[in-house]
Amino acid sequence: MNKTERSTATLRPFARKLVMEPNPEDWMAVRDGQFYCVPADCYVDPMTPVDRAVITHGHADHARKGHGRVWATPETVDIMRTRYYISDDTEATKLRYHERHDLGGGVTLWFASAGHILGSAQAVFEYQGQRIVAAGDFKRHADPTCEPFEVVPCDVFITEATFALPVFQHPPLEAEVEKLLRTMTTLPDATIILGVYALGKCQRVMKTLRLAGYDKPFYMHGALRRLTELYESYGQDFGEWRMVSDYDRKDKDRYRGHIVLCPPAQVNDRWSRRFADPIPAAASGWMQIRARARQKRVELGMVCSDHADWNDLIRTCRETEAGMVWITHGRVEALEYALEREGIPAKGLHLIGMEEEAGE
Amino acid sequence: MSFADFSDLLDDLYFTNSNLSKQAIFADYLRRTPDPDRGWALAAIGGTLSFDLFKRNLVKSLMEERMDPYLFQLSRHYVGEMSETVALAWPQSPEPTRLNRLPDLHEVIEEFKARDQGRDRAGIRDYLIRLLDNMSPPQRWALLKLGTRGLRIGMSARTVKKTLAEMAGVDVGVIEELWHGLSPPYEALFAWIDGAADMPDISNVLTYSPVMLSHPIDEEKDLDGLTPDTHAAEWKWDGIRVQVAGMNGEARIYSRTGDDISHSFPDLAATVNWDAVIDGELLVRPANESGEREIGSFNDLQQRLGKKKPSAKLMREKPAHLIAYDIISEDGASFRDSSLDERRERLEAFIAARNPDYYSLSERLDWSDVDDLRALREEAAASEGLKEGLMIKRRDSVYVAGRPKHAWYKWKREPFLLDAVLMYAQRGTGKRSSYYSDYTFGLWGEKDGEELLLPIGKAYFGFTDEELAQLDKWIRNHKVARYGPVQEVDKELVFEVAFDSAHTSPRHKSGYALRFPRISRIRWDKPAHEADRIPALEALVGK
Ligand SMILES: [Zn+2]
Repeated sequence: MNKTERSTATLRPFARKLVMEPNPEDWMAVRDGQFYCVPADCYVDPMTPVDRAVITHGHADHARKGHGRVWATPETVDIMRTRYYISDDTEATKLRYHERHDLGGGVTLWFASAGHILGSAQAVFEYQGQRIVAAGDFKRHADPTCEPFEVVPCDVFITEATFALPVFQHPPLEAEVEKLLRTMTTLPDATIILGVYALGKCQRVMKTLRLAGYDKPFYMHGALRRLTELYESYGQDFGEWRMVSDYDRKDKDRYRGHIVLCPPAQVNDRWSRRFADPIPAAASGWMQIRARARQKRVELGMVCSDHADWNDLIRTCRETEAGMVWITHGRVEALEYALEREGIPAKGLHLIGMEEEAGE
Repeated sequence: MSFADFSDLLDDLYFTNSNLSKQAIFADYLRRTPDPDRGWALAAIGGTLSFDLFKRNLVKSLMEERMDPYLFQLSRHYVGEMSETVALAWPQSPEPTRLNRLPDLHEVIEEFKARDQGRDRAGIRDYLIRLLDNMSPPQRWALLKLGTRGLRIGMSARTVKKTLAEMAGVDVGVIEELWHGLSPPYEALFAWIDGAADMPDISNVLTYSPVMLSHPIDEEKDLDGLTPDTHAAEWKWDGIRVQVAGMNGEARIYSRTGDDISHSFPDLAATVNWDAVIDGELLVRPANESGEREIGSFNDLQQRLGKKKPSAKLMREKPAHLIAYDIISEDGASFRDSSLDERRERLEAFIAARNPDYYSLSERLDWSDVDDLRALREEAAASEGLKEGLMIKRRDSVYVAGRPKHAWYKWKREPFLLDAVLMYAQRGTGKRSSYYSDYTFGLWGEKDGEELLLPIGKAYFGFTDEELAQLDKWIRNHKVARYGPVQEVDKELVFEVAFDSAHTSPRHKSGYALRFPRISRIRWDKPAHEADRIPALEALVGK
């Protein structure tokens, strides 16, 4: 798309000149492609090892190993330990939601829930009467495995734009679960091999299935075990689940009529050869796009996203009443354009290391 | 039954890979859905709907009115396709008319049809908006694809017919015979499948009759049993096998699989003023350098294949011609139970009364022993690609649908062989979906002074399970880059590729296309740089 087409299509009915004191870019800068809070000498979700890091949540494209000091919610710190992102050399500070903390340099940090996965948080930075919210990954749809998203009024709202196109309007997960159960009724002897990310997606799908009345045991790939146990230690109940590795490889028929959960890469790989009549399935926000689902060789796509969809992105930016929105990655152009049409000044940053689909 | 069930069905079929599962899903739907909905679903999926419910342009203009053009453009670009973009991003009307229930599939079709017949364009528009406002994205997708007849859900006509055959407990040939004699919403067909009525009578309907096919000859076992008293030999021409059918002044030309291709060959169709069904090979008769018309090669014919409406010029330069092999019926009498020799007599009489510019008789070749047959096969190999080899048919064979054993043999000339290098691999479908079993290979060529591999074709796996596993392992250990489902590999493994003929093709990167390529051997021993080069293929074009 070229610039001319865009500018003729752009209407800015309410566009206004922004004056903010101090200039937020002076104290929340982009350094080496990541956010850096200057007075507190601290990075947000850095991709490379740093001395001081605020971590919004435990996904691998936000939490990394090798930092000197880490600030995060208690759940996120536990997740990072489970994934070996925090070693003995790391000093971790656990902050509950709304617990205010002096980060140094006159900066106060607190966390608000982001509704993305267990322990996910928006990092709220306050400095000289100004408030910047780094939302990390967030969603507004209901999720029985984590706290709901909380709107924090702010001066600058930093958002991602993974699903920022009008074609992304996530259906309620309950409807998608119905679809899965319908397939299991039509093909009762098949084995559903459901690809899910180990952190968050796996547990959300299990819990939603339980709430829909699915009461058979789940079978599970080894890679999903530790994080599921961690969720259970926070009081989540997923009913009975069993490890595939506990059964004889030749016992192919055991899984018929059941759901087997595994990481997405294993769905069509050698690992799945041990099941009778497998139906490759996946739970992901990308499943909305047919060609994508086919490309991933998925026969049953559940549209299940842990990110905000198009309408929720715009609604959230509006509700925070932010004077300025910074957009980190994803379909930046579309969101920037739509926000400006609403009279909300927006700026695309195209941060590096945040490639599409790398995101969990 | 609600449109929602139809939409669920399409989704299930679209995302299911195995044909058997598709059949199970489709049969289940047809069993629990009443008339006429199931018949319309069958028409939509079988590709026999004969009208659009609304035009693509209407959909486009509705979107342009409702959505910011820049955001629509970004969305469409991202999704890659208009119907799906509209299905996902459809902006609700400000005050939508809410429906208490989604209409049935047949109600949707009938409503659009009624408004179209009343030339009520505004009515079509309003009804489309009302439906889209009340539908989920998959339902909208189903409606848009149904309405513009762009439904591609990867279910072949053959699989559709197999589903019906299984439901009715008959051979698929029976459905093939009926198929073209019936029309949507197929109530008579389903009444028979349900056991509530007799098989539909289509003797007065012009329709495709399933054809008889041959087996490749087994040189070890079959050759010895051949004598001129029991078997007749003919050329196997390299055109396309067709069936020309006439009844009550109507004409149809069907492909071997029953597709109506009459529109591509109106010149031949115009000659049909008789009631009969003739089986033969369709070719063209271009003029040679001295102005005489001769049977042309497959390359000549290619220009006329798939043409919706061939130009008068093209038809003058490449007029269609039928070389007749067999006669299936004439004036209401079927000859399927007669012997080949008896049918031959009728065919000779029939063709003698036709215009020789358009019809000729497939020659019965003279031979007395197997050595003669070998010599004839050599002659076919030297025919510059006109003849693919020989057909050897039992003289007492009756005309049976499908591929009966030991009735007709094909003895193709030796395939051409080239050593090509494996370039890309892709996983198979169904049972083989975890193996790389689909291969693209290339020959060495020169482009801008640089030596590189140019892809010449694609073939599926044709080895033993053990070889497949070996090959799968090799590919996993030699990955280079990934393009969606396509895995690029190190250019180190040589395949011996067999194929029937080679043609020029502007659609392919190398400029060439192979007919019936298959991988005959894996050359684990051969270094890639010793594989064949493009000029070796060039030399085989049209041979
Ligand atoms: Zn995340």
